[in-house]
Amino acid sequence: MTATVAAPAPGLTDEEWIAALRANSDPALEALHELLLRAARFEVERRGGRLRREALDDLAMQSADDALVAVLAKLDDFRGDSRFTTWAYKFALLEAAVRLRRLAWQNREVPLEAEDWERFASAGSSPQAGAELNELMAALRAAIAERLTPHQRHVLVSVTIAEVPIDVLAERLDTTRGALYKTLHDARQKLRRHLGEQGFDLEQWT
Amino acid sequence: MSDDLIGGLLGPRGPELTCEECFDELDRFVELELAGRDADGEIPGMRAHLAGCPACSEEHDSLLALAERD
Repeated sequence: MTATVAAPAPGLTDEEWIAALRANSDPALEALHELLLRAARFEVERRGGRLRREALDDLAMQSADDALVAVLAKLDDFRGDSRFTTWAYKFALLEAAVRLRRLAWQNREVPLEAEDWERFASAGSSPQAGAELNELMAALRAAIAERLTPHQRHVLVSVTIAEVPIDVLAERLDTTRGALYKTLHDARQKLRRHLGEQGFDLEQWT
Repeated sequence: MSDDLIGGLLGPRGPELTCEECFDELDRFVELELAGRDADGEIPGMRAHLAGCPACSEEHDSLLALAERD
């Protein structure tokens, strides 16, 4: 039966893609893998930087392999709100992006004691910034030091000051990107609320 | 400290999606953008999340660029 299902090709409708994949046809699976590999290579070309070509090719292939599994597992979730190809691409882009960020940080330590925070917290006022901005910076430093939990401070400083990618930090802390973003969000809300209560106008930082 | 850093520390002002919700809606959001429709109005909280989450923002930019080619 499955041999009669044509391989999806450019111009195929979303319904034909879904039917072919549900029928588990080899040509359809190969076409999907090719599509995902194209997306993964696209991400690798955009963000791979100076990584070795061989490593990038491997990374793109692994990303396409894992994205294929993810797409097939989520096939029933496809609602047709976008083209099937756009929906499928995002799985490959996610896989490749996460791998690239982890690879870029594989030999770098996340500053657990937040050296960046020490540098940030002890920085003096800047003559160029103006009195109002210096006042806000001082209040922000104090609020981060006094109002946040150690975990909130660590996540906020790592992601925003040290620029550690959130999925790299999640891997090191043995948690998920979603859980860490929730921590980051709560920390930011706490800072905004506290500074707002102190009379700072934060409208310009949206 | 730059304005960008203050913005990063304070995060988006309004309500925002979670990373999971962002991923779920990303393909629809991108196609609304490509069609010139009101993506921000149709998916409230997405733009704020993209402003606050560098990882999701990277993935959005890549999907937008890739889908634009099709």
